[in-house]
Amino acid sequence: MATAHSRAAARLMISPAVLLLLGWMIVPLSMTVYFSFLSYNLLMPGMEEFIGFTNYEFFLTDPAFFAALANTLLLVGGVLVITIVGGTLLALLLDQPFWGQGIVRILVIAPFFVMPTVSALVWKNMFMNPVNGLFAYFAKALGLQPFDFLAHAPLASIIVIVAWQWLPFATLILLTALQSLDQEQLEASEMDGANFLNRFVYIVLPHMSRAITVVILIQTIFLLSVFAEILVTTNGGPGTSSTNITYLVYAQSLLQFDVGGGSAGGIVAVILANIVAVFLMRMIGKNLEA
Amino acid sequence: MGKISLKQVTKAFGDAEVIPPLDLDINEGEFVVFVGPSGCGKSTLLRLIAGLEDVSSGTIEIDGQNATEVPPAKRGLAMVFQSYALYPHMSVRKNIAFPLKMAKMDPAEQERRVTAAAKVLNLTDYLDRRPGQLSGGQRQRVAIGRAIVREPAAFLFDEPLSNLDAALRVNMRLEISELHQSLATTMIYVTHDQVEAMTMADKIVVLRAGRIEQVGTPLELYRTPANQFVAGFIGSPKMNFITGEEAARFGAHTIGIRPEHCVLSTTDGTWKGKVGVAEHLGSDTFLYVTVPGMDPLTVRVQGEAGVHHGDTVFISPVAENLHRFEANGLAIRQATA
Repeated sequence: MATAHSRAAARLMISPAVLLLLGWMIVPLSMTVYFSFLSYNLLMPGMEEFIGFTNYEFFLTDPAFFAALANTLLLVGGVLVITIVGGTLLALLLDQPFWGQGIVRILVIAPFFVMPTVSALVWKNMFMNPVNGLFAYFAKALGLQPFDFLAHAPLASIIVIVAWQWLPFATLILLTALQSLDQEQLEASEMDGANFLNRFVYIVLPHMSRAITVVILIQTIFLLSVFAEILVTTNGGPGTSSTNITYLVYAQSLLQFDVGGGSAGGIVAVILANIVAVFLMRMIGKNLEA
Repeated sequence: MGKISLKQVTKAFGDAEVIPPLDLDINEGEFVVFVGPSGCGKSTLLRLIAGLEDVSSGTIEIDGQNATEVPPAKRGLAMVFQSYALYPHMSVRKNIAFPLKMAKMDPAEQERRVTAAAKVLNLTDYLDRRPGQLSGGQRQRVAIGRAIVREPAAFLFDEPLSNLDAALRVNMRLEISELHQSLATTMIYVTHDQVEAMTMADKIVVLRAGRIEQVGTPLELYRTPANQFVAGFIGSPKMNFITGEEAARFGAHTIGIRPEHCVLSTTDGTWKGKVGVAEHLGSDTFLYVTVPGMDPLTVRVQGEAGVHHGDTVFISPVAENLHRFEANGLAIRQATA
C-alpha cells in the first residue's frame, strides 16, 4: 500500500466491515447506557422514567458489588496462575519425546472441547458431590469426612473447574512456543554451563514470554465473563461468595427484573474490564512489540 | 591444555552408523579443520567432542583425562555455532558474560573479562545492544566473544562463516586466524569449504562418510593426496581426472592433473581440444577445454590467455605434478617420470 491512491482504495474497501462491526457494538452499548439511566423494572412495564445516576448509585453501594468485584479478580487471577504454571509444566513434559505422543496431545486438549455447562455439571455431580462424588469416595476410603466443596469452598471449586477448562489452551500455546525455541541456543547454554533450571530461567522462559503474554490477554478477556460454570454449580452462593460481576448483573436484571440496575451494572463491568485491559497492556503489552 | 584424543570412537543413530571406528589426535595449540562434503559426519564428530552427542562406543580424552562421560559444560571447551545461537533477549554484554555468570564468577572479574573480550573483538560500542540490532559479522564476533571469556582448553567452530557474505567471510577468516595466533589455544573448525580449510588450518582432517580419508597439513594434502577423493576435494578449481587409455599410458587406472599444472599451447602438446567457456578473473583465466574421448578439462592460465571460445588448443600436463590412482582410488606413490 504505497501510493495515496491504493491507501484510499484500501480504506474504501475495508469500510463496510468496519461500519458493520461498529454498528454491532454501538447499538447495544448505547441501548444499555440508555436503560441504565431509567427506572425500568420488568414487573412494572410502562412505568419507565429517567432517574439519572440512581441506578449506578444503588449498584455501586451494594455490598454484593464489592464481593463480586473481589470474586471476579480472584477468579481471573487464580485461573491465570493455575493455567500458566500448569500449562508451562505440561508443555515441558509434552515436549519430551515419548511413546504415544500424538494421542496424549489430543487427550490433553480434550477438555477445551467440552461445553462449560457440561464440564461444570460433571465436576459438580461426579467429582465434588459430597455423597456420590469421586472425591467423597476417596475421602471415605481413607476414613475422612467428605468435604462439600461447592458449599464450603465455592469460589475455589469454581476456580478449579474453570482452570481445568483453560489449561489445555495455555498448554497448547505454550507448547508451540517451546517447540519454536532454537535448539542451538539450548545447546549453547548447555556448553556455557547452564543446568536445567538455569536453562529454563534464562533461555526458555524469556523465549516463552510473548506466548505467555498472549495467553494472559486472551484468557483475561474470557475469564472476566465466566457465567455458565457459576450458574450450574453454585448459583453465585452461598450468599454472594461465588458471585462475580457477570453473575451479579444477571441476578440484578433477570432474577430481580431490574433492567435499569442490570444495565448500570453492565456499564460498570465494561468500564472495569477496560481498566483491567489498560493495566494489562501497560504491564505486558511491551512484550508484544518487536 | 588443549590436547584431545579420540580412540575408536563410533556414533550410530539407530541402525545408521554415522561414524565408523575412528582414531584422531589433536595436539595442543593446533588449528585443526574438519572438512568434507555435507553429510560426511564432520559436525557430528565435533558434537561428540563437545559432548552434545554421546558416543556409541570408544573414548574421548581431553588433556589425558577420559572425558567420554563428562557433561559438555565440564569439558572446558567452548563452541561457536553455525547460527551463532546468541540469546536474543540479552544484551551483548550479558550474552558474553553468560558462561561466567553460570560459573558464578565474581561480577568485577566478569566485567573485566567481558571488557577485554569486547576490546579484542571490536565490540566495545555494541555492548548494550541486543543481538537483533547487530549485523551478521558482529553477531559472529559476539558468539566468539562468548567463547573466549571462558578461557577454554579448546574452541570448537561449527561452520561459523557459512551465514556470512563472501567479503565478510574473508575478513572473519583472517580474524579467526589472528585470534588463534594470539591465543595459541587449540581450535577445531568444521567447514565444507576447502578454501577455508586450506587458508586457516595447521592440520586438515578430510572426512567422507564418517571415515577419515587423510590427515595432514594443507600443502601435504595438496601435493600428495592419499586418494582420488582427497585429490578432488582439495584445490580449486577441482583437479581434472582422466581415465581409460590416456591413464593407462601412465600406468594407472586414473590420472589427475590440477588445472594450474596444465600447460596451454596453441601449437603443440599432449592433448588437443577446443576451448569451451573461458572465465576471465583478471589475475587468472579458467578455460574449460573439451578434448575428444575425455571429460572436459579445466585449465588455469596466469593472466590473460588470449584464446577464445572455439579456438583449438593443446594441453600438456606437468609430469612431476601428475597424480596417479589405482582402480580403488588409492594414490600410486612412486615417481612418475
